[in-house]
Amino acid sequence: MAGAGGGNDVQWCFSQVKGAIDDDVAEADIISTVEFNHSGELLATGDKGGRVVIFQQEPESKNQPQCRGEYNVYSTFQSHEPEFDYLKSLEIEEKINKIRWLPQKNAAQFLLSTNDKTIKLWKISERDKRPEGYNLKEEDGRYRDPNTVTTLRVPVFRPMDLMVEASPRRVFANAHTYHINSISVNSDCETYLSADDLRINLWHLEITDRSFNIVDIKPANMEELTEVITAAEFHPNQCNTFVYSSSKGTIRLCDMRASALCDQHSKMFEEPEDPNNRSFFSEIISSISDVKFSHSGRYMMTRDYLSVKIWDLNMETRPVETYQVHEYLRSKLCSLYENDCIFDKFECCWNGNDSVVMTGSYNNFFRMFDRGYRQDVTLEASRENSKPRSVLKPRKVCTGGKRKKDEISVDSLDFNKKILHTAWHPLDNIIAVATTNNLYIFQDKLN
Amino acid sequence: RLANVPQSLLIEVEDKVISPEKAEEAKLKARYPNLGHKPGGSDLLRKRLQKGQKYFDSGDYNMAKAKIKNKQLPTAAPEKTEITGDHIPTPQDLPQRKPSLVASKLAG
Repeated sequence: MAGAGGGNDVQWCFSQVKGAIDDDVAEADIISTVEFNHSGELLATGDKGGRVVIFQQEPESKNQPQCRGEYNVYSTFQSHEPEFDYLKSLEIEEKINKIRWLPQKNAAQFLLSTNDKTIKLWKISERDKRPEGYNLKEEDGRYRDPNTVTTLRVPVFRPMDLMVEASPRRVFANAHTYHINSISVNSDCETYLSADDLRINLWHLEITDRSFNIVDIKPANMEELTEVITAAEFHPNQCNTFVYSSSKGTIRLCDMRASALCDQHSKMFEEPEDPNNRSFFSEIISSISDVKFSHSGRYMMTRDYLSVKIWDLNMETRPVETYQVHEYLRSKLCSLYENDCIFDKFECCWNGNDSVVMTGSYNNFFRMFDRGYRQDVTLEASRENSKPRSVLKPRKVCTGGKRKKDEISVDSLDFNKKILHTAWHPLDNIIAVATTNNLYIFQDKLN
Repeated sequence: RLANVPQSLLIEVEDKVISPEKAEEAKLKARYPNLGHKPGGSDLLRKRLQKGQKYFDSGDYNMAKAKIKNKQLPTAAPEKTEITGDHIPTPQDLPQRKPSLVASKLAG
């Protein structure tokens, strides 16, 4: 059962770390997305080099029933390759922006992966037996001369070493003029949406040559452009409902039953802003970088530059909860604008029972907010805390005045060490946290 | 209201309290006085929409090659990332991006 989250009793421990130790990070190794599948048994990562790596959790061993299985490499493949659109003089990065798993229907696993322009459906299947004993073929594949065949035999399947194969089953291309930021599978398991800066399209998983445009916010005159779409997601159980967030800090909820083109929203969620507090940075830091429905479907969470907000779908006027991720950065906005960090897109996630939310920050810190206990904690993903099962010590940023021992001052934070992508196991207290090029897996301490 | 404090002093205190955000804005405007008045607006968004845009005109390139076939073609400074209009790009400026043939280091 999903754990108690960040309450008093939960302690997070290091479990595993994946990736190279060296500081010289190749661009291709930068992790760009992390996602558990629906059972939590599989964990997928995508990187800037267009590669996908899938880890599988080992089954709990009988010797140590209290110890959760480790995640080991299950499959890895090149999902996307760099392209050049000669017609538009546009370089298309192979970076994987998002991975979304389909719910499992048969022995194979399916996932959608997307770069800026093209979405692909990948099938990951296991092969653990092969046919042997052909009459006309040798075991190595060479053909036998039919004249040498004197007796016939029936080929049989024999067990072989497990082979995991990934094959692209569908390629959904040429539907996006702008850069895809989100994909989301519908609860009907037949359709999915893809969103770019100005448009959202609806696809059927079986059909690649056609896509329906369901949201279009492109202005007739591009000079009048004031807002772009930053993220979109389908409701977890209402197949007609989806939301999309904007660079102005608004979230629109749309009902596909209302009309074919959902330019008119059913609900618009926006927190009123105090006009006296408005500054040059206000709009930039209000831009929503991620939106996620709770598992229950009753709430949604948004992440903007400095905070995480929880919204009740029944109340559009303001969020029901607001959590400050790193408020101390408000007095550093000028330098964060100059070094572009103010445009960093942090993601956020819910735990299995929607009681705790998590998001990343700088200096390889990540934050958890327990909604019930009203507690928050800052933890760090670092090789220094990577002894097996060692408990993570809460970290604290000193915001002014005397710095206590073990605290770190705001000016000492490393803004190149960003945690943008985190994921929480759907059923258990296991989390995956991506630093620039390493993947950390933490678990709560059992016993 | 603070009792026994002269009005003039109160007003002075209020003026000095600036939100950290506005202080940062003042810092930015001091460093970049020509910063546009439409913050976070169309300029930034348009820059975002144009990500990945590279310019290479094969017509310009071939004409330039024909004109100065005996001289060295002007080449871009190695650090230049944006190639537009007046500068004659060469194929070296727009390197063929090949897929990474190396497996991900996450796969150990």
